[in-house]
Amino acid sequence: MLKRVGIEVSLAVAEAVRLARADVISAYPITPQTHIVEELSHYVANGELDAEFIPVESEHSAMSAAVGSAAAGARTYTATSSQGLALMHEILFIASAMRLPIVMTVANRSLSGPISIWNDHSDIMAERDIGWVQLFVEDGQEALELSMAAFKIAEDHRVLLPTIINMDGFILTHMIEPIEFPDQKTVDAFLPPFEPAMRLDPAHPVSMGPVGVPEVYLEAKKQCEQALLDSKPVVKEVLDELNELFGRDYDLVQTNGKDGAETRFVTMGSLGESVYTAVEALNAEGKDVGQTRIRLWRPFPVEEFLAACKGAKRLIVIDRAISPGSVCGPVAQELKSVLYGQPNAPEIVNVICGIGGRDVPIEEFKEIYALAQAGKLEKTYTLWGLNSNA
Amino acid sequence: MSKNSICAWQELALGCAVVEPGNASQLRTGDWRTLIPVLNEEECIKCGMCAVYCPEFCISEREDEFYRPDFDYCKGCGICANICPKDAIKMVMEEK
Repeated sequence: MLKRVGIEVSLAVAEAVRLARADVISAYPITPQTHIVEELSHYVANGELDAEFIPVESEHSAMSAAVGSAAAGARTYTATSSQGLALMHEILFIASAMRLPIVMTVANRSLSGPISIWNDHSDIMAERDIGWVQLFVEDGQEALELSMAAFKIAEDHRVLLPTIINMDGFILTHMIEPIEFPDQKTVDAFLPPFEPAMRLDPAHPVSMGPVGVPEVYLEAKKQCEQALLDSKPVVKEVLDELNELFGRDYDLVQTNGKDGAETRFVTMGSLGESVYTAVEALNAEGKDVGQTRIRLWRPFPVEEFLAACKGAKRLIVIDRAISPGSVCGPVAQELKSVLYGQPNAPEIVNVICGIGGRDVPIEEFKEIYALAQAGKLEKTYTLWGLNSNA
Repeated sequence: MSKNSICAWQELALGCAVVEPGNASQLRTGDWRTLIPVLNEEECIKCGMCAVYCPEFCISEREDEFYRPDFDYCKGCGICANICPKDAIKMVMEEK
């Protein structure tokens, strides 16, 4: 058993990148991601990490430099959040279209306006269709381990796609948790050096990222989408290997609470921990409730999700982002399309909560459960905690 | 269905990369053309300025010693006509 160290989760993620032996880190600091890249710049300056740190002038440049560096064959890392992720937007599509295995941590944060530095998922929900592999972590240990696993997933020649590790801003990034660190030897055995399938090399000239005329664009998009779909078994394989090595039980979709429960909470990210506690308490009271936690968001693990919700009559889907003008929040939208046409599909009740850093205590999930059971939540979606007492 | 496609998606190089140097010659860029350069052989002094300035590198010296474009690649930009010291090249609407 390795010794647990009390450490801020951001610093643990930086340590994961060091252990993964990243060659290039190109990043711009933005709250609440700052501590990750700050720590990495210390590592590079102190000689603890033999890497190139590119202090760019914006996130647009951070992702552009990452694209160039990954194309040259370097193991590349960056991290961002909120407005920074939005500023990267156009380059995110280029990274996946060029099949470059960049790894990025997104410290999830609300988008302006009004200006908010606090946590929700509106930044990443605006980037659902960028063609990256996307995972959500719930705690510090998972943030550390999946950050290393992300390189292995991204660089697998069956995948070759950039990968995002989503972690809740502040709630995770700035939390001090007891974390077990693996040694370098273990990580080296888990994560072999990056071997690019194609790179910029004067001895074997190629043009990467060329013009896609109408006669080729569709086929190029299909190639990229297929790679994302094909990444699911690889993610599973890497998680299995990680579980074996570190003694965890990470899966694409996780369940807890009562098996085959009639009502299930569906969560993504750190709120899953609060819901977990609420579900345990409700089970202790004899309530028929369970929880399904989505770890892999893109590609969406349809079969695994359906299996994890088997027997449920009602899903209380917790969303951390508003999708203005739509019928519900983004996760509920996704699940409605997954369940459409499925036999005995459960009813979906959507609760949008914890927006812009609004606190959602464990007790309130019990309240949400009671209201859902009584059919007192909105048919579309409920903006939980909204003050309407005008 | 596939007649508008260059190749099957499974056959594309990784990330739609161009893996074969110099393959731009396979793309007949001349079909974008509206205007076409017409050489007046009476005025031409065979100086080769048009060939030097052609951004497509498609003008070269032919057997008759005149410099003429390869119309598979001439985009009809008119730079050759503009640079010609003897005004021997005129851009005219191409009839297709």
